[in-house]
Amino acid sequence: MRNFLKSQLWPAIAILLTFTVITGVIYPVAVTAVAQVVFPGQANGSMVVVDGQTIGSSLIGQAFDDPKYFSGRPSAAGAGYDPTASGGSNLSSTSKALINAITVRVDAERKANGNAPVPIDLVTASASGLDPDISPAAADYQVARVAKARNITEDAVRALVAKHTSQPFLGFIGAATVRVLELNLDLDGLLK
Amino acid sequence: MIPSPLGLLQAFSLFAVVLLLARPLGGYMRAVMEGERTFLWPVLRPVERGVYKILRVDEKSEQRWTAYAVSVIVFSFVCILALYLQQRLQTYLPLNQGGTAGILPVAPDMAYNTSVSFDTNTNWQNYLGENTMTYLTQMAGLAVRNFVSAATGIAVALALTRGLVRKSMPTIGNFWVDLTRSTLYILLPIAFVGALVLVSQGVIQTFASSLTVHTLQGATQIIPLGPVASQEAIKELGTNGGGFFNANSAHPFENPTTISNWVEMLLILIIPFGLTNTFGRMAGNARQGWALAAVMMIVLATGSLVAMSSEERTNPSIPTAVAQNVDQSAGNMEGKEVRFGADGSGLFATVTTGTSTGAVNSMHDSFLPIGGLVPLFNIELGEITPGGAGAGLYGILVFSIIGVFIAGLMVGRTPEFLGKKIEAYEMKMAMLVVLFLAASILGFSALASATTAGQAGPLNGGPHGFSEILYAFSSQTGNNGSAFAGLSGNTLFYNIAGAFAMMLGRYAMIVPILAIAGSMAGKRRVAESLGTFPTTGPIWVGLLIGVIIIVGALTFFPALALGPIADQLLNNAGRLF
Repeated sequence: MRNFLKSQLWPAIAILLTFTVITGVIYPVAVTAVAQVVFPGQANGSMVVVDGQTIGSSLIGQAFDDPKYFSGRPSAAGAGYDPTASGGSNLSSTSKALINAITVRVDAERKANGNAPVPIDLVTASASGLDPDISPAAADYQVARVAKARNITEDAVRALVAKHTSQPFLGFIGAATVRVLELNLDLDGLLK
Repeated sequence: MIPSPLGLLQAFSLFAVVLLLARPLGGYMRAVMEGERTFLWPVLRPVERGVYKILRVDEKSEQRWTAYAVSVIVFSFVCILALYLQQRLQTYLPLNQGGTAGILPVAPDMAYNTSVSFDTNTNWQNYLGENTMTYLTQMAGLAVRNFVSAATGIAVALALTRGLVRKSMPTIGNFWVDLTRSTLYILLPIAFVGALVLVSQGVIQTFASSLTVHTLQGATQIIPLGPVASQEAIKELGTNGGGFFNANSAHPFENPTTISNWVEMLLILIIPFGLTNTFGRMAGNARQGWALAAVMMIVLATGSLVAMSSEERTNPSIPTAVAQNVDQSAGNMEGKEVRFGADGSGLFATVTTGTSTGAVNSMHDSFLPIGGLVPLFNIELGEITPGGAGAGLYGILVFSIIGVFIAGLMVGRTPEFLGKKIEAYEMKMAMLVVLFLAASILGFSALASATTAGQAGPLNGGPHGFSEILYAFSSQTGNNGSAFAGLSGNTLFYNIAGAFAMMLGRYAMIVPILAIAGSMAGKRRVAESLGTFPTTGPIWVGLLIGVIIIVGALTFFPALALGPIADQLLNNAGRLF
């Protein structure tokens, strides 16, 4: 029994406590210290500040329904784009609820944007519910509506879309994206 | 079954770098685990000696397999109990970012499930990370378990390797020393560098509590923050998978860019593949390790291609009248992020389940049936292609023993592995491992399917609902942690049954494996003869893949037929539930 306490139970308790200090306190504090000095913007959430007001994170999508703004993807996070409840719909490909939702969204998009085929990312919910991006096709699809709502030329809108489009890293890692919040800020002339 | 050229390039760029890193990392891991001097020695050696002093452990003393196994079990149960208490008391401990009113003690059954989950390297999560756990629980509880559960896996893998390569020795190493070395020299430095790379991409790392912002359209958005990057790095590196946020690696604060996505997949894969090289070096023949790496890579790459090409397809259940108005060229985008796309999501899903990680960057529940079959089958193969940190190596070594046994039966000779005879005792232990896994997965799935408590779980109807149950118990038994997340797992039934499945999958595997290690360590080496079946080269690789696939398929095909395969047929026929 004494041997068990000495060679099994004590080391188990002691090593847990020791590693709680090393990996649970020193490690995250050290990462935070370096991160806050070297990458302060990223470490604090890539926040977008306009006139001293934080209006969101460029990495976290927001809900847009005003026709003068590009809208993002359907969101299953809470009531939509709720960062306190991130997540997807988890509906399966054979789900009636999913097919109904897609059908309704396709109708709504066509009503708002005309009869071109609707890019699939605009009618499907993202994994996080906070997807900050849409595909270039989904941006292109909305250009005419946004230009009309703002009374500016489609080419001017298209130029801004191109400015906020990122290509896949090295051309093959990931997919091309358009950052919705930054694009909309730029349309409003608020992006410094 | 072939994905787009860009998808292929993405997959092969990842796999090529993983294989390139296997050799140097494998050499480094062998050196530190044998207590040799390495470049981090000046910084970490004093810490290591300090740890032994606190533990009152002599680093030169070794344990027999029984003492080693007792250490693993005692340590795990101390960890489970401590994490349970920490979750129950978190409201009153420091760093409660919500104040005493905000974050409450975790309910007993969920705290139990979570505690077992993180201590078995599973990271199955029945809770919503954003508002269930305090920062202290996340970083000084859950993230600590990410380190030590992975380090335990590496320790057991090293113990088994020593058992296989030693001659006539009664001992297989010292668990406390193995645990200390793998944490300090392997996990900590790589996680530190990895965390900073992730921060550079936009993963957050702060102790500030959540931020309330007024959006461009004037709505209010509450953005939770936290020390995410430090946890994200070890979550991938230690093949743990437990997300800081509910959306896991799909959340833009956990995985913001295509680069972070690629880096996270790299972190997931380097230790399992590196350890095959460590094994080869310790066995005195690097080709022994490369053979295992080849088996793992062939299965992993094949699965990746199937999953990626599946998700590039369109959902056949969308009726033609709707589909003709939709541009579906991006593939099946339900439950996926635009920046990862169908390829980056299918690839991540395969990588995270081929290893026992279980982090997700897309919702596997919304994959097309074949895309969802790949992660499920990966887990059911026993998490060995390439498997978890350490767990992958000891798992595939068990299958290697079964492989040489089957080869021995075919040619009518006593099977040998690394010059040692495989006898009845080792075969019994190896079969125990395989049978426990199958019994847990199929038994618990059957129980859930047949009881009202279990039937209450699934979100989706039809065969897919059964897939959700099967996936849950496969994932927990395999210590993976990913889910067909529509399943409502936070019920008394799923919390308790899941915790049992996770413990069976962990300890009913580790104990017989250490028994094999102990028994093999004591054996003499026999000279290689003409009748020895070589465990290197393409014939062995082919045979081992065959054994793995046949054992997996024979065990799980009936269940898979009721789940994803039926789902696929009905999906193509346009049936809805």
